[in-house]
Amino acid sequence: MSMPEKQLKFGEAIKEAVAEEMRRDPVVFMMGEDVAASGNIFKVLVGLYEEFGAERVIDTPISEAGFVGLGVGAALTGMRPVIEIMFGDFIALTMDQLVNQAAKIRYMSGGQAKVPLTIRATMGAGRSSAAQHSQSLHAWTSHIPGLKVVMPSTPADAKGLLKSAIRDDNPTLFYEDKMMYNLKGPVPDGDITIPFGQADIKRTGDDVTLMATSSMVHVALGAADILEQKGISAEVVDPRTLVPLDKKTLVESVSKTTRAVVIDEGYQSFGITAELTSVVYEGAFDFLEAPIVRIGAMDVPIPYSKPLEDATIPQEQDVVEAVTAMM
Amino acid sequence: MSVDDRLAMEMYRGMLRIRRFEEQILNIYTAGLMDGIAHLYIGEEAVAVGVCSVLNDEDYITSTHRGHGHCVAKGGRLDRMMAEVMGRVTGYCRGKGGSMHIADMSLGILGANGIVGGGFGIATGAAMSAKMRRTDQVAVCFFGDGAANQGVFFEVMNCAAIWNLPVIYVCENNQYGEHTATDSVTAGECIADRARPFGIPSEVVDGMDVLAVREATVEAVERARAGQGAAMIECVTYRYRGHHVGDPGLAYRSKEEIDEWIAKDPVEGWKRRMLATGAATESDFHAVDEAVEKEVLDAVESAKAAPWPEVTEVRKHVYA
Repeated sequence: MSMPEKQLKFGEAIKEAVAEEMRRDPVVFMMGEDVAASGNIFKVLVGLYEEFGAERVIDTPISEAGFVGLGVGAALTGMRPVIEIMFGDFIALTMDQLVNQAAKIRYMSGGQAKVPLTIRATMGAGRSSAAQHSQSLHAWTSHIPGLKVVMPSTPADAKGLLKSAIRDDNPTLFYEDKMMYNLKGPVPDGDITIPFGQADIKRTGDDVTLMATSSMVHVALGAADILEQKGISAEVVDPRTLVPLDKKTLVESVSKTTRAVVIDEGYQSFGITAELTSVVYEGAFDFLEAPIVRIGAMDVPIPYSKPLEDATIPQEQDVVEAVTAMM
Repeated sequence: MSVDDRLAMEMYRGMLRIRRFEEQILNIYTAGLMDGIAHLYIGEEAVAVGVCSVLNDEDYITSTHRGHGHCVAKGGRLDRMMAEVMGRVTGYCRGKGGSMHIADMSLGILGANGIVGGGFGIATGAAMSAKMRRTDQVAVCFFGDGAANQGVFFEVMNCAAIWNLPVIYVCENNQYGEHTATDSVTAGECIADRARPFGIPSEVVDGMDVLAVREATVEAVERARAGQGAAMIECVTYRYRGHHVGDPGLAYRSKEEIDEWIAKDPVEGWKRRMLATGAATESDFHAVDEAVEKEVLDAVESAKAAPWPEVTEVRKHVYA
């Protein structure tokens, strides 16, 4: 028996999640730059303002530190703000509010406080937007105890994980690769949430594990198709949430396949690929038949010109070459 | 005097509790009974007490690194504060916050803050929350002259103005940001002026005069509760001690300057006014002084006897 479902775009799934949670809980509200009448610059939130009005869908000044700070205060005092950071690069402007305030108030207060704050931030290169509108900075927030970090790769995951994020009592960063907003996929009907800390095996395979986050899951799936034609069976594992991280599923997959490539769109050095790689080394070292290969964004400011930009982003062919070399 | 005798004595008692508490903090620091440092509020008591005398338990405050006075004035328990400063599990934050992070969410004390200007967003957001939940709560953001030079101050004042939020920004201008004279790093005639371009009413008051602080706060809180939005009060005051317990505070200011301010002492000054107007007698003060002394010493003794947190506590409360 199959669950009733419909086809939704990634962006539509996000809007459905926000709208459903706003209907469900009157203390949920949406705030950010151009989120109201304009429906956000990627048109992800179109219809939200019409349904909930200006009191609950709030256009902010261009003051990221200020409105994220307000979100922390509102979350501490009974509201559940969902705040949009138009370009994830602007997270840099909010760092004190996230790192020193939101992430720490619960601990510093000995467990008295809770901060049910969801930050939706875009990420990802590919639009010729250059170095200040293309970054994937999720590793920064993953480094901070007290924050949770969510990296959906499909419309169904986006909806289920965002609903969980809004209901979670902790400050949660929800990263949306803006290149995926028009990606279509099946989304189950009804009030479906996806728990944090459960990786999803997007494709099963036997010879190599491709661990990938966000839009890199689709790069990995494309590479897996090509590898299949070469007689190599690749398993694609999507952690879905970086904090908390489902180490068990990652380790089990690599213990089975004995090889791994890790793909993430954050800068390669000191980033998510390094962390996931060490998780696997610590848990599956004895099973490995080849060193793990990491593929992150090139360690350069992301360039504007298309051929240059493409060279900085992990591509299917990079994954295929890495796997072929390790077999 | 525009407060009744009972309230006048409550304000005296409030200021004295802060003064005596802070003196004991210095004592336990000197005696090696606390592991970190603390920033003493001595000299600034009229600000916290004048402001908080107007607030209800349901109202919110955000505090600063120099936060003990705000917490005491908002109703915080001295024993739990002292235990926190001494790192004990019976402290407000189970020993995880220390002097700079004391909070009591049940009293609307949304936390002292180790980041200068760290309370701006939180207080303004609490005011937004109060407005969205349609309560008549107000939020008070205590901040220092140093924080007035943080950019987020201007971002939140803009938000408070455009959204008409019930927040009151209370600047404690104690003349020094850490070891640097405020005048030397702060443009303009006064910090209160910085609210005006946002259409937020502001005034400068004598921060050594608890009644002046209270009266300005009454007006600001009435406006906020009536839905008329934010206000700012700059309280001109002085930090008698150094930046923190380990700083003598004499390298960058003169003994004469300190003495001039001590001559305007808020606690003694208020007592003299109450005696002059017949609001209380010497024996009334004597009884209050003794009770406060005992309360503070009891807090020290109970903190000394309190257990340390178990090491297993260290991983708790990272996430809800």
